[in-house]
Amino acid sequence: MILIKKIKKQFGKLKVLNRVDLSFEKGQCIALIGPNACGKTTLIKCILGMVLPDSGEIMFNGVSIQNDDQYRTHIGYMPQIGRYPDNMTVGQIIETMKSIRKYKGDFDERLLEDFKLNEMFDKRMRTLSGGTTQKVSACLAFLFNPDVLILDEPTAGLDPLASEVLKAKIILEKEKGKLILITSHLLSELDDLVTQIVFMHEGKVHFHLAVNDLLQQTGELKISAAIAHVLRAKEKNQTGTLRNS
Amino acid sequence: MNRIVKFIVLDIFRNKIILSYTILMSALSWGVFSLEDNSTKGVLTLLNLILLNVPLVSIVFSSIYLYNSSEFIELLLSQPIRRKKIWLSLFVGLQTSLILAFLLGAGIPILVYAPINYSFILILIGVVITAVFVSIAFFSSIYTRDKTKGIGIAILLWLFFALLFDGLLLFLLFQFSEYPIEVPMMFVSALSPIDLSRIMILLQLDVSAMMGYTGAVFRQFFGTRIGIYITFAVLMLWIFIPFYFSLRKFKKKDL
Repeated sequence: MILIKKIKKQFGKLKVLNRVDLSFEKGQCIALIGPNACGKTTLIKCILGMVLPDSGEIMFNGVSIQNDDQYRTHIGYMPQIGRYPDNMTVGQIIETMKSIRKYKGDFDERLLEDFKLNEMFDKRMRTLSGGTTQKVSACLAFLFNPDVLILDEPTAGLDPLASEVLKAKIILEKEKGKLILITSHLLSELDDLVTQIVFMHEGKVHFHLAVNDLLQQTGELKISAAIAHVLRAKEKNQTGTLRNS
Repeated sequence: MNRIVKFIVLDIFRNKIILSYTILMSALSWGVFSLEDNSTKGVLTLLNLILLNVPLVSIVFSSIYLYNSSEFIELLLSQPIRRKKIWLSLFVGLQTSLILAFLLGAGIPILVYAPINYSFILILIGVVITAVFVSIAFFSSIYTRDKTKGIGIAILLWLFFALLFDGLLLFLLFQFSEYPIEVPMMFVSALSPIDLSRIMILLQLDVSAMMGYTGAVFRQFFGTRIGIYITFAVLMLWIFIPFYFSLRKFKKKDL
């Protein structure tokens, strides 16, 4: 569904993405992990067309996204730090997005209800706390029933209750056969969500494995333990032992 | 009307600055016309006030608005909307609201007091000069990422066009006064939209004594009618060229 070919991006002298090749298919739930500043967010922004890569190509459903914008009708994006116009109210943001999208189907307003955002429609965005802003971002991402969900640190800043609500929603969407791309630092949260792991480091993809393969090859039971295992192995220069099957 | 444009116009009109701008322009215009008993003199006084105020408000307000909508732009970019459309909507939105504010503030008293053949051109000048400086604001703010720096540059640009440029022109005149510099001077004056508008209205008013050096050369060279057309055409270039370059940059910008 999404095919990334030899993407390169440089900010000044810093190589943020260095020949990244990846492919994601329908029904997968992919966790994009790696240390800070490894290029996760830049990769996501490349897929969204917000950052334009220096070279390489990104295909969405077999069509290059360069000079295209309609492919974004199929994507719901939840940014890491949602930034919204200060003077708009929650209701206005949602109404504006609805009117701009020209979306014909049913709106998915489950999260609006679950997060009780309906009660805050008159509040201005600048008065909201970080967590509530994240809730608005989450609602906007799911609102148009997109085939692809790109969630950048979705649970960061959410309280445990809200974070559970969001996770339940993600699992529900995954079961509908949607492609879900998540970046996260909290490895323990990913266990019951993801089917694939992409590990990035300094702008390169270190491995892209199905969770089962990863667990099998490392002999661990939890993703977090498996990743730790891989990192330790890497320190001993034994990365070659991991194979994609 | 495009939904994004509508949203931007509504957002701007909720802004108190734009309201005070309308009131200021209105107060200035009513004030000038009720103090001056000669309406031609009134038109000239008001012209100078417009040429000082309108560019300042247009360029600074637009720059600040653009910097403040960076979040909104980001939000729109993740939606299926072309970059060109986002930038164009911002442009049209800012133009519409600032021009509307000018028309509401200064347009009405001008129509009431000024002789009909002057009032039309004076309003036209106000509208065009607003458009030019909004366009320049788009150009300067896309090339500077930092907000403080960007607003500083906007103010400097205004200072340059409103005050320094005339001084520069005068300096050139004195330095090269022994050469036949009338025609080159004319081209130099095309580098300042404010000078151009002044020449345009003075050509229309036909007040030779106040026309100044470049204005006189303009009339001598082109005659009144063609002179006005040419100044108008160059002013149009001043609207389109800066915006065109800002659009080109925006299409390639990483956000």
